[in-house]
This record gives sequence, structure tokens and C-alpha cells, in this order.
Amino acid sequence: MVFNILLYASLIIFFIGLIYKVYRWFSRNVTVAARDVAAPARMLAAIKGIFSVLFSSKIATLVRVFFVDVLLQQRILKIDAIRWLTHFLIFSGFMMLLLMHALDSLITEPLFAGYHSTKNPFMFLRDFFALMVCVGIALAVYRRFFLKIFQVKNSGQDKYALTILAVIVLSGIWLEGLKISSYSEFQNMVEEYSWIDDKTEKAALESLWVKKFGLVSPNTDLQSDAAAMALGRESHENYCADCHSSIGWAFTGIIAAKIISPVALLLDRIHIVDILYYIHIMACFIGLAYLPFSKMFHIIATPLILMAGAVMDRETSNAVNIATRQAIELDACTHCGICSMHCSAIMVSEALANDYVLPSEKMVALKTLTTGKGIGSAEMKAVREGVYMCTNCDRCTVVCPSGINLKELWPGVRENLVQGEIPEPLLLSPFSFVRGLNRADFVADDYSAPLRSARQTLAGKFDSLIDADNPLDLGETDGLDLSSYPGDATFAYCFECRNCTTVCPVVGHYDNPEAELGLLPHQIMCCLGLGMNEMAYGARMIWDCLACYQCQEHCPQNVSVTDLIYRLKNLAVENVKEA
Amino acid sequence: MKKYALFLGCNIPARVRQYADSAVAVFEELGVGLVDIPMFNCCGYPVRNYDQTAFLLSAARNMALVKKAGLNDMLVMCNCCYGSLKKAEYVMKEGGRLRKKIDLLLARNDLEFSDSIQVKHLLSVLYVDVGIEMIRNKVSQPFGDLKIGTYYGCHALRPSKITQFDDPVAPSLFDELVELTGAQSVDWPSRLECCGAPLTGVNDHLAMSMADKKLSDARDAGAEYLCTACPFCYMQFNAARENGCSSILYPQLLGLSMGIDRETLGVSDHMCRTCTHSGQAA
Repeated sequence: MVFNILLYASLIIFFIGLIYKVYRWFSRNVTVAARDVAAPARMLAAIKGIFSVLFSSKIATLVRVFFVDVLLQQRILKIDAIRWLTHFLIFSGFMMLLLMHALDSLITEPLFAGYHSTKNPFMFLRDFFALMVCVGIALAVYRRFFLKIFQVKNSGQDKYALTILAVIVLSGIWLEGLKISSYSEFQNMVEEYSWIDDKTEKAALESLWVKKFGLVSPNTDLQSDAAAMALGRESHENYCADCHSSIGWAFTGIIAAKIISPVALLLDRIHIVDILYYIHIMACFIGLAYLPFSKMFHIIATPLILMAGAVMDRETSNAVNIATRQAIELDACTHCGICSMHCSAIMVSEALANDYVLPSEKMVALKTLTTGKGIGSAEMKAVREGVYMCTNCDRCTVVCPSGINLKELWPGVRENLVQGEIPEPLLLSPFSFVRGLNRADFVADDYSAPLRSARQTLAGKFDSLIDADNPLDLGETDGLDLSSYPGDATFAYCFECRNCTTVCPVVGHYDNPEAELGLLPHQIMCCLGLGMNEMAYGARMIWDCLACYQCQEHCPQNVSVTDLIYRLKNLAVENVKEA
Repeated sequence: MKKYALFLGCNIPARVRQYADSAVAVFEELGVGLVDIPMFNCCGYPVRNYDQTAFLLSAARNMALVKKAGLNDMLVMCNCCYGSLKKAEYVMKEGGRLRKKIDLLLARNDLEFSDSIQVKHLLSVLYVDVGIEMIRNKVSQPFGDLKIGTYYGCHALRPSKITQFDDPVAPSLFDELVELTGAQSVDWPSRLECCGAPLTGVNDHLAMSMADKKLSDARDAGAEYLCTACPFCYMQFNAARENGCSSILYPQLLGLSMGIDRETLGVSDHMCRTCTHSGQAA
């Protein structure tokens, strides 16, 4: 009764959660692709897409991916055999427990006549599958908490997932152990399944079970001689053996029973079997009810993404379906951290102490952002920096075991973030290279506006330089550090021969370079000589610098002109970040 | 034969795969061992505008990984990676405050920089380590009358004190390598200037006009192809190609003259019509 109420309650929550999550797949916009398409239209597009695949030759691809990537998880194996083993042990062990043990009345009983959970092979298999899950969890805990790979972060969801699995499996094992040793369980069984009247025979059976089946009896006067054993064995054959294999096969349970045997009688008296039973089923039901809202939802989303990824591509698939796939991808991420371990910007993340450079952490931020939860402004700054700090090397996509097409996700996410009010200094760096290559894909001013605002924030502060009639504002000299880098102090050698400006291809490009660039290279060196660093890093010139090193190569005084311009860019960025 | 850690960087695997494929094929033919280190990260070039520690740490970690793999030489195929790694190599070997800072950060990752690490450009490895004679012996199908404009790229040449690549004002290494294939290397005006790639995405007008100028200058000087050894230059010229001659990556050109098939080299029909015609004529 209680069991059924709990079961149905958790099933109802599970299904409500599932419907909600599926609805979110069709209503959530990760990028701007399907902003104007309503959820019903997206569902329709998805159904059409699915049918067109099912009735085409692509079905063979789907079947192959289902076996190779979903069931056998080849993508994890390609990256790391130990990680594959970890995941496969948990996945296959738990799935088998679910099918054989949890759903025994629906699956195992109808399939196998004479099924009893205490009979082999089922008794052995249940323990074996439990052991598989335990080993998998132990490996996962070791990797996540003891290996200290600093790109692998542990979120609350990661801890929850491991905890719920561990509670389910360990409570099951201890429950089995307690049942084995429990005297009251034994008595109940004898009463229910035997009709022994003879006291000696009863004692003999009990004695046999104490000897051979891990039972802990309060009776101290049990006979264990050969005759008693033979009688017990006979009785066992008559009443018990049909449903009970040798207990040694329940190897995890018997170990648990042995461990608790000194206190088994005490535990039995406080009905610990019932308590543990409720812990076990409650953990299962919590796991089930909470599944759509937890990381465990990947068991539904990831197979979908693996299969969708194999039959969809940007050129031929409906853009609306791509948007839907991206929404599902957020649920398919298991936060395993493989992408972050392979991220090209890994050291940038460390040097700047910004976790959001790492793809796995960007996914976490993205999940929060798309659920409409706010992110604090300081954290948002870090997210924006992290999202832009991507070299577009596509490695995250190549290695992702869930098959998430991250390389198609990032550009859209990036645009969502840079199109806002706050300028992003990183736009004025080679991180923009791929954005620049794809500039034809942008509409209206979406391409140039963020660049303009970044430029306005970083440069162009000393316009008075251009107007010869204005008095020159020398400002204050500041104490910014320009001495940590080799060559930083070389500006002092500049004797203004203007070679740097003459050979500069950027200066040569403009008809009126001073108007466009604010300060020319030799003037920047001059500013530094006067201690006017702020004026120097306010010049637009430094953001148009190609870093081609012509100036530095041709300087007769060995001034590190290009290196100094790099340093000025760093200073300008620091300045904006602090503001 | 000496073994090299092959540093592909970010762009080549994602966008200029044929560069890696052709280089691997050519080096195999030349008997040079290349070792792939999958945990390599970005060279630090794009973050150099933003933060110098992030730049140096990125570059230094790669060099430390080379050491960890038991190697000393790093073969770099991208000019921007090369410039960046060379700069970091120089700063690290010079020692001082920055070296200490980076060493500490590397130690946190169980890594260590080593002074024995040598960062080498693909073209230098071919010219200096493999040697002209060795390559000449392998050229089985030299081109006939193919005219090539060599494009050195900035970060290979400059700052010469650090890159140690060739004479920064009158380089000849690349031209000699091109002529080994039987092609003629033509002289052209802006061959030592920047392709504009660093400003693509930042100031596109300026960036594209840089690229256009190179392509039209080379065409005017009679070059049929611009030959590059850098993915940035290559992509930049491809983005601007409408106005001038096409570009080809050096390992593709060399590979064709060695008789390696076009599919392996990733040479498309359209791209290299002239090359193969000349090759057959020879």
C-alpha cells in the first residue's frame, strides 16, 4: 500500500517533470536561431524531421549509433578506457538491476518461469550487478575527488548523482545482508512456507541456516552435530530449497551479513530490515521523481543527441530543429569535464582564474541563463569573458562523449552575450578571427555594433591630440607597471626618427592616419617617455596594430615597439576591467 | 632520424586540415618522425592582447608537454603560433621574474619548462634539419614553368632577434625551398608585409585591404599562386581571393613535386589546375 502510493507519487512527479522538460526543449532558445518560432511549430518541425529520417536510409545510421554510441558508449572509450569502464559499469549494472530486479514482476517473472530473487542465476546476478555499480561509483568518486584534475569541477548535481546511486545500491546490499542474518525474517519464512511441527526438526533447520545461510539466532542451545545437520538439510530440501540457492552466491549480501553478525540480534530487534527497506525504496523513488530535474536526465537526453547528431547537419537540417537540438544538448551534458581537459584555452582559464573559459563550466552557466535565473553582474562578466575566450579549435566537439555539437553552440551564445549593453574588450583580439571570417552571416548592424562599442570603451580618449588648436592635456603621469617584461623599458631609447611610423603598414593604409589612429607609433613611444601611459594606451592605433613587428625590426635604437604596444593593450584592458 | 613534436595549434585541425595532412605525408616521405601530443593547448597568441601571464603560461605549457614526452624539438606549422612560442621560449630562457612566475604555475600542473626545448618552424626544419639535398632527391615530378610568389609571413621573420628564422629584410630560405620543386619563385613588392589576418574580425576593412594588396601585387608580378606556410595567411588569402591569385600551402606544393597524390595532399581540382598541368609537362 505505502509502496504503491510512493511509487505512483514518484511516477506522477517523474512524468510531470518529463513533460515540462520536453516542453522546454521546444520553448527554450539557447541561441537566437528560432527566437520567433513558437513551441507548437517547433514540435511539428521536429516530428516532420523525425519521420523523414525514419523513412529514409538514415535509419541504418540511427540503429548503428544506438548500439555503438548509446549502448556501448564508444565515444567515451575513444577518449579514456578507464572512464569508459567507470561509466559502463554504472550504466550496465544499474540498467540490469532496473530490468531484472526493480521491474521483476513486469519483466523477469513473465520471462522466466520459476523466478525467485533468492534463486540462481538471479540471486548471483543481482549481487554481481550491484558490485558492478559499486566499482563504477568508486572509480568515479576517485576520479572526481581524489585525482584532483583541476579542470574537472564538481557541481552539486555531480555530487547528487553519485550520492543517489550509492544510496540505492549500498542500501540494497545492506538490506540483503540484514535479511540474511535476521532471525525474525527467518521465523516468518518458516511459519509461512513450512509446516514443521516437530521441535527438533525446527531446531535442526535453524541450525543449518545458522551454519550455512548466515542466520544469526538468539538460541544458544542449537545442535550442530552431523545428525542435526542431516535432519536440517532434509527439512531444507523439503521447504526452502525450491526458492533458495546456496547463500554463497549472494556474495555481497553475505559479506554484509558477516560484518553485522555481532550486532545482528540487536538490529533485528529494532526492525532495521524495515527501516532499510524504506531507505532503499525511498532512494529509488526520489531518484525517479527527481530524475527529470537532475543530471541523471542525461539518460534520456544524451541518447537523443547522439542519434540526432548522426543524422543532422547545419546545411540540410531545418534551422528550427537545430535550435531544438541545442536546447536538448543542455540536458545531454553530464558535466563530465572531458571537454575542459582538452580545451585549448585551458591555461587561460588558470591564469585568469576564470572557470567559465572551460566548456563544461560554460554549459553550467548556459543552463542557468536559459532557465531565466539571474547571474550576478560580476559573475556575468566572467561568463562573458569565458565565452569569448575560445580559439574555435573545435576540440570540445570532437571529444564530447555525449555528442554535443559545442562548436555550433558557442557562436550563437557568444553573440547573445556581446550584443548587450556592456562592451567586451576581447572583441578586439584574434579571438574574433572566426567571427570575422563568418561576417557575411550577420544581419544589419549585429556584426559591427559590438566592435564599435568595444573600441569606444578601450580607445579614443585623447581626441584633443588631433585638433592642433586645442591645448594638449598632459594629464597626470600614472604608476602603471611597465617594467615586468623584457624590453618594457626600451621606449627610453627612442630618439624620434619615426622609422616605426614610416614602415607601419597600418599608418600607410590611411590617408589621414593621425585622424584615424589618434597617435602614431613614434608618438606612442614619446608618450611613454613622458610617463603618460594613459594617453598611450588610449590611442586607437594600438587596436589597429597588426603586431607584424615591422616597427620593432626597423628601430635603430632597439626599442621593442610592438611588444610595448602589446603591453599597452594589456594595460588598457586592465583599466577597463577595473572600472 | 630526429623526432619532432608536431604542434598544429587551433586553426589547422579545425579549418585547414589539408595543411596537416600534406605536411604529415611529406615528412613521412622524407623519413622525419612526427609525434602527436593530444594534450597541447593554444599557443597563447590570441590572448596576448589581453593578458601576458595567460599568454606565457599557454605557450610554456606546450613546451613543458614536449619535454614530458621525452622530446626536445617542436615543429610548428603556423606563423602566429611560431611567433608566440618563440617569444615565450625567449622570455623563459632569459629567466628572471616572469620565468619564476610561470615555473610556479607550471609546477601546479606537474609540469616543468626545460631549456633544452627548441621551437622550430616547418620551413626551418625542412631547410636546415632535413636539408636541401635530401629534399631534392625526393622531388620526382618537378614543375615546369610554374610561377610562385612566396609569402613568408610576419611572425616567422620578425622580430628576427627572437625568431632566428632568416634575414628579415632579404630572406631567401622559402624561395629556395619553392625552387626545389622546379617552380620559379618570382620577386614581388609586398612579400614581407602582413596578410591582415590579425585584424580580421577586428577591423575587417583594413584586414581585407592588406590581403587584397598582396594578392594583386603577386598577380601583377606574374605569380600564379601565392605559397604560404601558415594557416592564418592561407585563410586570409582565401577569404579575399576574388581579386588576385590563389594560394597553396607549401607542403602541398612540395608533395605534388614528390609525386604524392592530390587526395592525400588535400589539393582540390580547382585549386591546383595549373600546378598539376605544369607537373605533367615537366
